[in-house]
Amino acid sequence: MSIDAKIVADLVKHEVGLVTTVPCKQLAGVIAEIDRCEDIHHIPANKEDEGIGICAGAFMGGKRSAIIMQNTALGVTVNTLVTLTQFYRMPLPMLISYRGELGEPVACQVEMAVHTKALLNQLHIPTYHFHHESDAEELDRILQYTFMCMKPVAILTDATFWKGY
Amino acid sequence: MIRSDVLRSLLPLISDHFVVCNIGLPSQELHMLDDQPTNFYMLGTMGLASSIGLGVALAQSKKVISIDGDGSVLTNFGTLPTIANNVADNFILLIIDNGSYGSTGDQPTYAGMKTSLAKVAEACGCENVIECQAEDCAAVMKDALDSDRMTVIVCKCESGNIPVSVIKTDPVVIRDRFMTALKEANA
Repeated sequence: MSIDAKIVADLVKHEVGLVTTVPCKQLAGVIAEIDRCEDIHHIPANKEDEGIGICAGAFMGGKRSAIIMQNTALGVTVNTLVTLTQFYRMPLPMLISYRGELGEPVACQVEMAVHTKALLNQLHIPTYHFHHESDAEELDRILQYTFMCMKPVAILTDATFWKGY
Repeated sequence: MIRSDVLRSLLPLISDHFVVCNIGLPSQELHMLDDQPTNFYMLGTMGLASSIGLGVALAQSKKVISIDGDGSVLTNFGTLPTIANNVADNFILLIIDNGSYGSTGDQPTYAGMKTSLAKVAEACGCENVIECQAEDCAAVMKDALDSDRMTVIVCKCESGNIPVSVIKTDPVVIRDRFMTALKEANA
């Protein structure tokens, strides 16, 4: 099973029925897999905070939801994460491409990578970092944890995890 | 008519439906006029009433009305193409367009100047967009509820606010009772 298929299979296993995505080169394979998956309603969003709003609504409507985004967008989601997802206590797995880490070809991306974990830490969002492919074996338990504690949880996946660009 | 008059005129129609209401005065006014578990009050995240409502509509089968404002839609413009391209026929987006940012002191919005939100929604691909005057909003809402088609209503009204108190209900309580009512309605 490809890593993309494994990630989507874990989402399905945990009954995630709606996923919002914002385009990402690293996560393109997962996004394509979600598009093909009959058990997941895929809603492409124009901006990450919009996607989190849709996820919040879907969760209240009875469908577990998740978002796929880049760490560079963390800044635009801070208000939504704090005053919607956390304030109303809703679970939200965030599968995030960790741009700007080892292997990054674009210097500007490094600037946000430097702040990513500090921001997530400041927001008290449990954060996992997938560096080796075997790290993805934890996704199953991370999803279980997210829906248990009703919190947003960040899963950072770096270039080494995706074996380059 | 100002926004609170429009809300009052809609109560007999929307009271039995699920409503996601915009941050600030719209939520406070709805809370004062007709508080009930089927209302989801936004206490933060300006701009996301339409996104949250769309998410609720996509996840289950009951009708969902998002009550939004012109200023909030301008804040989250990307929502209109997303709504247009992910049609939920149980979703109605009501934009109460008073041409001002009411909750922050009635500063003018571009919707009250040159920008037509109805035309923007149409250009984004929304197929069923109706602009109306405040006096006709209830009739338009009734037709939209009867039509079983995703509808965007842009209701033009005057700016102005009434004195209302803040919502003190715990957000988790607001969310939980809304979810419970939805679950029961879908059972």
